[in-house]
Amino acid sequence: MTIKTVKDAINDALVQSFEEDKNVILMGEDIAGGKGREQYQGTQDAWGGPFGVTQGLYTKFGGERVRDTTIAEAGFFGAAIGAAMTGLRPIVELMYVDFAGVCFDQMMNQAAKVRYMFGGKQKVPMVVRTVVGAGFRAGSEHSQTLYSLYTHIPGLKVVAPYDAYDAKGLLLSSIKDDDPVIFMEHKRLYMTSCEVPDDLKPIPLGKGRIRREGSDVTIIAIQRMNLFAEEAANELEKINISCEIVDPRTYSPLDEELIFQSVKKTGKVIVVDESNPKCSLASEISSLISEKCFSDLKAAVIKITAPHTPVPFSPPMEDFYIPSTKKIIDAVKKLKDV
Amino acid sequence: MIEKEKINWIYKKIFTIRFFEERIKKIAKEKTVPGYLHTCIGSEAICVGVMAALNQDDWISSTYRNHGHAIAKGCELNEITSEIYGRKTGICKGRGGSMHISDFSKGMLGSFGIVAAGPAVVLGAALQEKINKSNKTCVSFFGDGAIHNGAFHEAAGLAKLWNIPMIFVCENNGYAEATATDWHLNTKELSDITKAYDMLSYIGDGNNVFEVYDITKKAISEAKQKNTPIFLEFKNYRFSGQYEGDTQLYQPQEEIDKAKQNDPIKLAKENSSKYGLNKNDLEKIINEVKEEVDKAFDFADTQPWPQPEDALEEVYVNYPVEIKT
Repeated sequence: MTIKTVKDAINDALVQSFEEDKNVILMGEDIAGGKGREQYQGTQDAWGGPFGVTQGLYTKFGGERVRDTTIAEAGFFGAAIGAAMTGLRPIVELMYVDFAGVCFDQMMNQAAKVRYMFGGKQKVPMVVRTVVGAGFRAGSEHSQTLYSLYTHIPGLKVVAPYDAYDAKGLLLSSIKDDDPVIFMEHKRLYMTSCEVPDDLKPIPLGKGRIRREGSDVTIIAIQRMNLFAEEAANELEKINISCEIVDPRTYSPLDEELIFQSVKKTGKVIVVDESNPKCSLASEISSLISEKCFSDLKAAVIKITAPHTPVPFSPPMEDFYIPSTKKIIDAVKKLKDV
Repeated sequence: MIEKEKINWIYKKIFTIRFFEERIKKIAKEKTVPGYLHTCIGSEAICVGVMAALNQDDWISSTYRNHGHAIAKGCELNEITSEIYGRKTGICKGRGGSMHISDFSKGMLGSFGIVAAGPAVVLGAALQEKINKSNKTCVSFFGDGAIHNGAFHEAAGLAKLWNIPMIFVCENNGYAEATATDWHLNTKELSDITKAYDMLSYIGDGNNVFEVYDITKKAISEAKQKNTPIFLEFKNYRFSGQYEGDTQLYQPQEEIDKAKQNDPIKLAKENSSKYGLNKNDLEKIINEVKEEVDKAFDFADTQPWPQPEDALEEVYVNYPVEIKT
């Protein structure tokens, strides 16, 4: 057992995948960064991306497989699709998910559709690693969590791990997966850590996880919201309220059964999502529960999300934007009284 | 000197495409088939000339105007027509339609409905060829309209930066949808835009199938030898509208009449004796392919429709949750 940060766990999964399969390549902006040149082979990479996640890969595996790209997401995302169709397993880095717009066509209309649209003859085994999340004082264009944007598109898979264990296990799976996967890394979780076995096996996509067993209220928490759900559950335990925390981990496919089992047990549900509320994962999960578990529900599902605004910059406003532990506690108390 | 077999192949394909597209125009008028139809009348020489320089397993991308590329790349006529008719036995099992005729097993990466989507995809295939030290040729077909799109420029920049020997084939047919090419062009020649990428480019007569073949063949060998992408601009004329049913009011009659003098089929016929085909040979080929095309359309009409639930298949390779209706 080793304690690993999310950042190091992701780096480990990348290294392991590069070692296991020579068809794995990585393309992105500044993934080596600056010193990614032949004369610096053997020295430490300069950057490894803005969060240092890919540090060392260029030195280990060379510029043929670890490619610094121009700031041309449509170009290298399209290239990843062609490379994937013809036998490679490209991983591309979208530096911030907020840049989705400049290469959304490639994901929505090509990566997601070529298999279906051209009669099932192709597959597109590519992974988009991207950084999501507010709370970094990064402003409106570097802070979003656009989970539902990709989850909406048939043909894409969407993964959003909370801790280092899941980050490594799910990334290993995503790289081995034969469909295009959007792998979302939360910038405020990179430096959080937990135990990660060195020989961790890939975690299958579509399997959620019960992070805490409880009996009174189910909290379905999306990615970083697991942190606040846990804090809230600890507080509520002191006043004898027992919360069950469900972390779906992957959103397409979604482990509906795991969610429904918990709902059947508690009958009271809160969904916590850092995204904007309209057509969000929170609204999708809430709708599924209403549809499939209506008779088990003792109260309407409560959604805790960001407001319907862009992410603001200034700390008081941004802190208000992000769902909080207090909001979860208040909602649980409200449900407990039902 | 081109071998006899290839000459026959070229003539066979160029006539097949013309007859095929004429038949498409007919069924479009009769409203026999559902959906959008884009024909490539006027582009046959480019489709055939480029493909004559390729092997079947070389990679190409096409666009919504893809019938000619698909036929020249070796896709089965019956499967193309069945797809256009929306039938289960279509080349994409009825899920693609006319705009997405593509057969991966024939080296087609895809026929994309989004303008300028193809070049970057082909760049990726070519990158794979480079990394795996394989040597398949990679060609992206696109129209003149695509050169204004960012995705084209991003692919062009990366291709040059990474020394990828792919071929960009621009079919400059005079119209980007309903707007004349020169109305939007900032440079004298369309291919001048590649100067910013220090990319080699050649301009050819897109109505002359043998010139297209010759230029493409040389470009492929030069690209591989110099490890560089090459941009080919073939000038031709789009006799078809943007799609079938387009009134084409924006195309002046004098312009069409003038272009007809350089119709690629007319030129091919005129050149035939130069390539060792006499009148009888030509007639034989024409009759043969005409029959083949007619048969393919008759075939499509007899093919079964897909079941509604077939719509749920092959969205993913693996998906543990049921795809919802």
